[in-house]
Amino acid sequence: MTTTDASTKDAPAKDAAAKSPRTLARERRRRSVARFWRQYRTHRAGLFGLAALALFVLLALLAPLLVGADVQSVTKAPGKPLEAPSGEFLLGTDKDGRSMLGLLIWGARFSLTVGFLAAALSVAIGTLIGITAGHYKGWYSTVIMRVTDWFLVMPTLVLAIALASVLSRSIWTIILAIGVTTWPTTARLVRAQTLAVESRPYIERAKALGGGHSHIMTRHVLPNVMPLVLAQTTLVISSAVLTEATLAFLGLGDPTVTSWGGLLQDARDSGATTKWWYVMPPGIAIALVALSFTLCGRAVESVLNPRLGASR
Amino acid sequence: MTDASTSTTALADPDGPAPAGPSARGPRARDTVAYLRYGAGKLVGAAVSLFAVLVTSFFLFRIIPGDPVRTITHGRAVSEEQLQALRRQFGIDKPLWEQFTQYCGQALRGDFGNSYQLHDPVGELIWDRLPATLLLTGTAFVLYSLIGVWLGTRSAWRNGGLGDRFNTGLSLTLYSVPSFWLGLMLINVFAVGVGFVPGLFPTGLMETGDGSTGLAHALDVAHHMVLPVVTLVAVGYAQTLLVMRSSLLDEMGSDYLTTARAKGLRDTLVRRRHAVPNALLPTVTLMFVNLGHVVAGQILVETVFSWPGLGGLFYEALSIPDLPLLQGLFFVFAAGVILMNTLADLIYPLLDPRVGR
Amino acid sequence: MTTAPLLDIKDLTVTYDSGAAAVRGVDLTLEAGQKLGIAGESGCGKSTLALALLRLLPAGAKLTGEVLLDGEDVLTMKWGRLRAVRWAGASIVFQGAMHSLNAVHRVGDQIAEPMLIHGTVPASGVRKKVTGLLEHVGLPASRADAYPHELSGGQRQRVMIAMALACDPKLIVADEPTTALDVMIQAQILRLIEQLVAEQDVGLIMISHDLAVLADTCDRLAVMYAGRVVEQGPASEVYAAARHPYGKALSAAFPRIGDPSSRHAPRGLAGDPPDPSDLPSGCTFHPRCPVAIEACSVEDQELRGERDWQAACLHV
Repeated sequence: MTTTDASTKDAPAKDAAAKSPRTLARERRRRSVARFWRQYRTHRAGLFGLAALALFVLLALLAPLLVGADVQSVTKAPGKPLEAPSGEFLLGTDKDGRSMLGLLIWGARFSLTVGFLAAALSVAIGTLIGITAGHYKGWYSTVIMRVTDWFLVMPTLVLAIALASVLSRSIWTIILAIGVTTWPTTARLVRAQTLAVESRPYIERAKALGGGHSHIMTRHVLPNVMPLVLAQTTLVISSAVLTEATLAFLGLGDPTVTSWGGLLQDARDSGATTKWWYVMPPGIAIALVALSFTLCGRAVESVLNPRLGASR
Repeated sequence: MTDASTSTTALADPDGPAPAGPSARGPRARDTVAYLRYGAGKLVGAAVSLFAVLVTSFFLFRIIPGDPVRTITHGRAVSEEQLQALRRQFGIDKPLWEQFTQYCGQALRGDFGNSYQLHDPVGELIWDRLPATLLLTGTAFVLYSLIGVWLGTRSAWRNGGLGDRFNTGLSLTLYSVPSFWLGLMLINVFAVGVGFVPGLFPTGLMETGDGSTGLAHALDVAHHMVLPVVTLVAVGYAQTLLVMRSSLLDEMGSDYLTTARAKGLRDTLVRRRHAVPNALLPTVTLMFVNLGHVVAGQILVETVFSWPGLGGLFYEALSIPDLPLLQGLFFVFAAGVILMNTLADLIYPLLDPRVGR
Repeated sequence: MTTAPLLDIKDLTVTYDSGAAAVRGVDLTLEAGQKLGIAGESGCGKSTLALALLRLLPAGAKLTGEVLLDGEDVLTMKWGRLRAVRWAGASIVFQGAMHSLNAVHRVGDQIAEPMLIHGTVPASGVRKKVTGLLEHVGLPASRADAYPHELSGGQRQRVMIAMALACDPKLIVADEPTTALDVMIQAQILRLIEQLVAEQDVGLIMISHDLAVLADTCDRLAVMYAGRVVEQGPASEVYAAARHPYGKALSAAFPRIGDPSSRHAPRGLAGDPPDPSDLPSGCTFHPRCPVAIEACSVEDQELRGERDWQAACLHV
């Protein structure tokens, strides 16, 4: 609390004494991160999720070294179509004779990229709308929240599908479709948190000292909603990965890249859904990534709000 | 406070008017009036939402895709006159505002134009397929709500126990599984058969089509429904369970539960009569808000199981893309969710006396 | 009154699973028709004591000692017998009636519930009894159909009292019954409780942080500090001239109406009550005690003095 006092008191003379409160704030932040990690460590499921994620991210990053971009090539396919797993192809081959294991590893790149970017877009929109709706009172807030509520009950996926179907097929279409349809949950959460933060006395003080709207929103509210936004991001990534797979399965994905949902669509289109090595691995991969992000998000949530009672 | 004379008046109720003291019309009549006002507000809100859906679908399917005439005639040699004629036929030669009012008028009459691909009126196509979807969604929704609430209650009441951890873990896992993939797996195992396990259920469609009627037909449809319903329930119950669990956990430290225990109620009665009705309130709200996810699951499951409903129709329309059909279906899906939410708003005061009075 | 007392608490201790000793060896006795006040700051264990009387504490709490209600030990009762004793033998008026009533049930049904559970009133007569109880506590019978949020704070507390009377218990525990109410309503509720207790000859345990309220209502007074009774005696005398320094501080904490000297008397007590999982050595009050001597930090103090008025202090 004393550090907060110092930084707000110095606010008018910020340029003169910019260093010291900033250093103080940085120290305080580092301490709270350390405390956060200590508590996060006690959540077994959260640790499992984090470890699984690290593994997937590592695989995706190392994919060019492990399998190489050639793995996607239909013309250079090394095997016969739909070969069962063997010593050569640990997970068999797909309809074009490509190694399923290779495709699976390569697919992680696309699924994770879409998941991260779509979630970033969604959470960014949600945070912006949530903070402004919580900060500005009156008609702006009312209208914005009406729109948010309306989006909240909309069948999100149908909206995303519709958007993806009328735009051209590309990775950006998918990211956009997911991003602009899933922000309302974040907006609601962030708005509630913003209202809570702004009712604290030091905001009053910052206002009295002449802090403008943007100063209060970026310097006081934003740092305080960040932990919540972090938890929300991991949860949104989880659903974004699922949505991406769904869009790809419905034939709305980017046809030029390999994705897990796309592999499942290939399997269905070629009538090969009974070949377990073709259908099982992509589905398990999608579920594992989505589950890992969900577990991380829940662990973060329960560290922030122990009353939620998420399982340890 | 030490003045003994206050004791003579103590038995009266001089607290002054309570927040909602009885009025001249009596409490029941006042409740009814308040409820009607509340309900009217909700209906107006629903109408506004429906209008917003109309605007969205107009922009989504008429503006963003560009000229539909170009899409239809794509790759064919067409003269400028023919293009103009087609534009007039679609009504897109007029200014945007006029197009929009015309579109709204038609949509409200259920007229979404003709399907590009099937050439039938979109309204008729949707009407024909609606019952199959309602049957499947309705069954799945009822089942997964009941299962979710029941398991969520058990989980929270024995918080941290083996059953709780199993329930939470399983529901989180199923929640992460793509519904279409789960459907494919179920078809492989239970419809196609794996190893010595024979196919127990049909791989798709709603009926065998052998012309049976009455009970035999109903049983046939039920047989076809098992796998799609299982898929929808498996991916759908998790959310209900988790919400019910956390709202019950929120209630569990409450004072009124201590009161109930102090009265000598059995544990099961404390839970059933006192804790669950309070925890149900947020759960029911969220169940209806999340109906959009049900629609999404519906599209995928109908696609995988070739169920002759709206979801399957949506998938067929996607590949063309059959814009009028997509537009009509989008409107029906969104309107369905809005109507269900309004219905939930209207019955909510029956569950929670604090709302709508 | 030579028969067994209505309530006899012997060496009761309550330890939470966090290791906090909330109640440490309390002995209290209450005769039928008697009114006992328990005073203390928040966190002194008085509410834990109230819940312990009916074994209402969370599963992690460990209880030792005896709580004899009409000669029967509540702590060793079988579950079935315990449920029968709850409310029918002893009922509780909880603090903060807003949260102690269930928001989704009508108050009439909540009052009727214990009668139906215990079968003390035939099902056909329940409605009539509810109406009677409501009128008895000064509420119109029509309020039975109200939900808790439709009532004011004072009305809710009246409902709570009507509910406590539902099964004609021999003992009523009132846990801060007036805390959240404004002063006028407080006085009314206190008079109501006093009157009902006098009419029905039940025993009353009233718990409050307000010594003046207790002195006004009760026959006897017990002052609790850090899980122990540090003083007990006749209510008016303890209030007027407490022997334990904590009792003195507590009675000085509230101004006496019509006594100008009390305005200038030193009031309040420095510091906070000790953490129940990390209690000071010796007399637990010594770090805050104005008259502590060296021995106080070493020697634990037992209740001493005449049988009728005891205090646990070296100076007594």
